Amino acid sequence: MQSLLNITTVLSVFLLLFVLFSVRRAHIRVEYSMSWLLAAGGLLLLSRARPVLDYATRHFGIPDTPLTLFLAAGSVFLLMFFRFSMIISALRDDNIALAQRVAILEFHIRSLQQTHE
Amino acid sequence: MIRPGPESLLIIVPAWNEEGCIADVVQDIRSQLPEIPVIVLDDASSDATLLRARQAGAGVLPLPHHLGLGGCVQAGYKLAAELGFQYVIRVDGDGQHDARDIPRIFEALRSSGCEMVIGSRYCAGARIQERGLRGLGIRFFRLVLRPILGRRVFDPTSGFVGVNRHALDVFSRSFPLDYPEIEALVVLQRRRFRFLEIPCKFRPRRTGRSSITALKSIYYIFHVLMGVFVNVLRYDRRFHRRSPGAEIHSEK
Repeated sequence: MQSLLNITTVLSVFLLLFVLFSVRRAHIRVEYSMSWLLAAGGLLLLSRARPVLDYATRHFGIPDTPLTLFLAAGSVFLLMFFRFSMIISALRDDNIALAQRVAILEFHIRSLQQTHE
Repeated sequence: MIRPGPESLLIIVPAWNEEGCIADVVQDIRSQLPEIPVIVLDDASSDATLLRARQAGAGVLPLPHHLGLGGCVQAGYKLAAELGFQYVIRVDGDGQHDARDIPRIFEALRSSGCEMVIGSRYCAGARIQERGLRGLGIRFFRLVLRPILGRRVFDPTSGFVGVNRHALDVFSRSFPLDYPEIEALVVLQRRRFRFLEIPCKFRPRRTGRSSITALKSIYYIFHVLMGVFVNVLRYDRRFHRRSPGAEIHSEK
């Protein structure tokens, strides 16, 4: 169990650093990095708080403490994927509306040019 | 500059990589309806579709990148609404629709008062000719749509469709983006709009191949089913706002 928690700690620190470097290099925007930073921070805290994990395991009747950690991590990442799906859907809608507007404006410009020729 | 004429009818032709037949499609329409403006909606074709359409005398709405059929058709509806047209008829760019049927669809749109008129392959009792998964899909969606629409729809996947100003305003704001035909029927039903099917003969594709392969057909069925389901859920919230006298009917 302890080795699993240590590995989780290392991975969480790696994720935190990786996200911070990505933000610094402008590979991801600050608002989209917050979810990753929160997830990595949450996992880091959980991996260093064995009593909390043991309490949650007993409280929810989960058979094993590593499974609790796995469920917590899985839930966090599922929530993040859902949030990003919402963001992607909104961006796609905006993208389509913009493409349509560009096409319509180009159509109007060409029509005006033909009128003046 | 394209402006609504006395008929206030616009023909839109969504096309994606249809350089082989788009000129014939435009010329067919112009020979049948020389006074009616035709706009080809070029969905970012990588071939010479745009050029061929312009050479054939059509106006072209050039989308900057590929949006798929729904986004492409909606762009045409938005343009038609902005230009002030009262009626829009969609003719596919692959040459399957016969331009000689357009006047009948237009007449039905004007005389019936229905918000949508569908050129249907099957409403005269004709057998479904589509084979394999596509034929199965059409039969399946007939069954699914019947309780939702409260009546039979014979050709739910037909793209040969005319709409009036009411439907145009709705579709300009909200139109299904992928595989739009079936979901569009549910969108209409949610607003208690009416539609009519009239029999039309479709021709085989002149060139190219359908973008819907066997594998995509399976995805199509699930995708559209999900879209219908979502629209029905929205519809249920509006059920109690039903307006009196509104009903859906078809030409038998």
